[in-house]
Formats: sequence, C-alpha cells, structure tokens
Amino acid sequence: MDRIPILKMGDCLLVTIQVDMHDQLAVSLQEDLTAQIAKHAARGVLIDISSLEIVDSFIGRMLANIAAMSRVLDAQTVLTGMQPAVAITLVELGMSLPGIRTALNVERGMELLRGYIQKDDGLQESDGSEE
Amino acid sequence: MVLKSDVHPIVSSNDVVRVRQVARQWAMDLKFSLVDQTKLVTATSELARNTLEHGKGGRMKVELVENGVRRGIRLTFEDEGPGIANIELALRDGYSTGSGLGLGLSGSKRLMNEFEIKSEAGRGTTVTVTRWK
Amino acid sequence: MSSFHEVIRKNESSILAGWIAEMASTTRRSDLMGDVELKQQATEFLRLFTDAAESSTDPHSEAFFSTREYMKEIAKSRMEQGFTPGETALFVLSLKQPVFNSLRDALKSEPAKLVTEIWDVGNILDRLAVQTVDGATEFRDQVIVRQQEEMLELSTPVVKLWDGVLALPLIGTLDSARTQVVMESLLSAIVETNSQIAIIDITGVPTVDTLVAQHLIKTITAARLMGADCYLSGIRPAIAQTIVHLGIDLVDIQTKAKLADAFALAQTRLGKTVVNVKSAAKSTSKHEDA
Repeated sequence: MDRIPILKMGDCLLVTIQVDMHDQLAVSLQEDLTAQIAKHAARGVLIDISSLEIVDSFIGRMLANIAAMSRVLDAQTVLTGMQPAVAITLVELGMSLPGIRTALNVERGMELLRGYIQKDDGLQESDGSEE
Repeated sequence: MVLKSDVHPIVSSNDVVRVRQVARQWAMDLKFSLVDQTKLVTATSELARNTLEHGKGGRMKVELVENGVRRGIRLTFEDEGPGIANIELALRDGYSTGSGLGLGLSGSKRLMNEFEIKSEAGRGTTVTVTRWK
Repeated sequence: MSSFHEVIRKNESSILAGWIAEMASTTRRSDLMGDVELKQQATEFLRLFTDAAESSTDPHSEAFFSTREYMKEIAKSRMEQGFTPGETALFVLSLKQPVFNSLRDALKSEPAKLVTEIWDVGNILDRLAVQTVDGATEFRDQVIVRQQEEMLELSTPVVKLWDGVLALPLIGTLDSARTQVVMESLLSAIVETNSQIAIIDITGVPTVDTLVAQHLIKTITAARLMGADCYLSGIRPAIAQTIVHLGIDLVDIQTKAKLADAFALAQTRLGKTVVNVKSAAKSTSKHEDA
C-alpha cells in the first residue's frame, strides 16, 4: 500500500501532501508521523499542502489531530502553502483549524518552526521570532 | 431540465476519491471558477463520505442541469442505510452522533446553492445539492 | 385566389417603400442608422419572410428558421447601435400597414379570404416582434452583467505597500457578490506577492452590519489559514459603535484607527524600521533586511 513519504531535516520532519488522499492513506499518515516523531524525538513537523486542491472536514480533522498529537510528543507543527480556493472553502465549511500554525510556504514555515522550537527551549533570539 | 447525467457507485473509500474526481471534471467542463469548483468537489467529498460511512454504501448521480439561461451541476447522494432520525439535529454544526456526521451535512449546505435532504430512520437517505454557474 | 406571400411578391417595391415610409413616422432613428442600411435590412427581411410564408403560416416552424435567425442578428446589431428593444420590434410591426394595404387592394372582392390573410400575416409578424423584444432584452441584460463584473473588478484594488505588506482599501458597500471578489483578489495577491500582512482599510465603507462583518471575518480567517495575518484599519467611531451594538466580536483581529498606524504596526511585526538617510551612516539600519 502506498504511503506518504516523511523527510527528516535535522530535528524536524517534513511532509508534502500531493495526492488526492483516500481515507486510509490519511489515517496511515497520522500513524506514521506520530511514530516518526517519537522515534527521532523530532521537535518540529512541517506539513506542506501547496499541491492539495481539496481539504474537506476529514482531512481538516486529520491535520488538527496531527498537530495535537505532535504537541503531546513535544513537537511543534506548521501547515504551509494552503491554496486560496481551499482556504475560502474551509472557512465556508466552518473549519478554521484553531491552534494550527500556518505559513505561506515551506521556507517561511521552517523559519517559524525554528522560532517556536527555540522559544520553547527558552533560548534568546536577537532579532525576535515571529508569533 | 437535465442535459446530461451519470451514476457512480460509492462502496469503498476509493470510490469517494473517484467521485471527487468526477465532480471536478464536470465542474471544469462547465467552466466553473476555481473557487466554485473547490466548493463543489469539497461538498461532494463530504456527502460521499457520509453515504459510505453512515449510509453503508450507495451511489452518486451527477447531472448537468439547465434553468432558463443558467446552467449548473446537481448531485444526488442516495443510500439504503439506517437513515437519519433527527434531520434538524444532524444539520446543526459540529453535531456528531459518533458515526461522524459532524460538519459534513451543514458544511455541504453552505457550500452549495441548493440543498435538499430526505431521510427516515431505517429507510435510507437521499441528499440532493446543486451549484449554479 | 392570392395568398399574402403572392401579394407581397407582386407588390414588393411598393410595399418596401410603404414600409420605410411607415418607419420614418414611428421609429426612424436616422441618427443611429443610415437609409442604405435600413433599406438593405428591410429588403432582406421581406425576401426571407416571403420565402418562408410559401410553405407555412406558423412562425415557430422550420420554414421560418432563417427569418428568425435574421431577426436575431438585426436585434443584436440594433442593440449595439443603441436602439431600444421597442424600436427594434417596431421594425417588424411597421410592415403590417403596407402589407394590409396591398392585401385589401388584391382581395377587394373576397372579404373572407382577406380576413384570413390579414390574420395570418399579422400573427406571424407579431410573433417575430415578440421574439425580437426578448432577444434584444436578453442582449441588454448580458451587457449589464458584463459591466457589473467590470465594476466589481475595478473597485477592489490590492496595493503592495512594502515587501510583505498589502493594503486593501475598500470603498463602497460590501454585498455578498462583492465580498467574494474582494476575498479572492486579496488571497491571490497574498500568494503572488508573498505577503504576510494585509491591511484592510474600511474608511470608505459607509455601514458595517452583521453580514458585512461576517464577510470581513471570513476573509481574515481564510488569510490566516494561508499563513498571512490581517489588520483592520479606518474604523470610524460610528462604525465602532455599530459593531459593539450588534455584538460582533472582533476579539483577535488587530484594529487600528488609521491605515498609517496599521502600516507602522506591520513593519514592527516584520522586524523592520524606517531610518533617516542622514543618520544611516551612524545608526544600525535594519531597513530592508530580508
């Protein structure tokens, strides 16, 4: 069975969702990510959805679950690259994904993650990290 | 007036993906804007999933409809499953009987121009939605 | 025994002349159409009409297809030229009088036949006139829709204030259709310019009711899902009162009275500051750092 690849970048994990996922694939992703976070003691998870053209309530819930489970495992999650049409539809659907941090693209997302991880660790950042 | 119509079974989660793609293709053929396409396909996903999980499998009928000068796409999701005892409750945002209806019905209603639901406990469910261009 | 199409053929030039004269007294609009063009249209119509009438007296039949199509063309070109739907319909209806005159002369001794022929030709011309009005009206509606769309686009400009900061000055009322366009313009602009902050200025929005507020909140929520944040500026005291009275909760939306203040806040958030050129040599300028 196909699975979505998870890349390791330092102490962060990077996932790019590009396919139209069927439900089992989404569930496996959740499981795989949780396993990988624990295995590598990852501090950050970046999920890029810039190729995702549809995010329905199931996928939305999956993303929220991933963020919640990561937090329990002491990792921060950032969602990047949501397309405008998807954002508009999610809002109309009634999902605002509260508590999930977002960034415009992977680059910004990584900056954000770095900032959160360091803040979390109580380290000082001289130029101020983003909220 | 119905100009074109087709029926697709929904009996597995691969079918949910398939009918999403069908809806996408029909919406593109009718030259819906990207946002409207996304709303249509997302509603399809919600309702197809309901048909599969709550309705224990069924079918989606897709129709190209015309009303005077305007055209649209009508989707009908039908199943012979347990039905919905309290429709009003099911349409309330975030409500879930544990069978996962959640935002699916109320959300789809917001994404489409027309929404109609017929259901009776033990007698299956039919949801018909339309999006006009 | 002559039927009306035979009568028309026999008296074509006088009917044509009579028709044009009839139009001169009712619907001429010589400011919009020259004599030559008018004569061409009339001649062509009469020819198609008479040909069709040889096989049928039913204006909806296949026989009259070319006539109907020609009328649609005429309706469209006349609407483009500035004729009203009524004026275009009168083109067809003014043919009646000259045809009736010729029929009366030809069928003087057959009153029953005269009545039938007058009824038939009148009926066909009436139907064609109705179709012409419908076509002309539909064309006009399409023009209006197109103009509305163009106005919508023009009235939602998104301005790039600085690297990473967009401004959306809203002017006029916000209805559902407009908000949709506004939302989409802003969100595409965010992606295109890679901007993290968008300032929505509502100084030019006369009233904010619950619906408008909902629309604004939806736009801001969508922008956040994408990774950008929005500030609201230009909230006049009257609007602030309305918002409170309506119980609208803007709890986590940053607001500023003036666009300038919102811009200053945006810069601070992005870690930037503006420094005078003269003192650039002395002070550490964080201006234009990535």
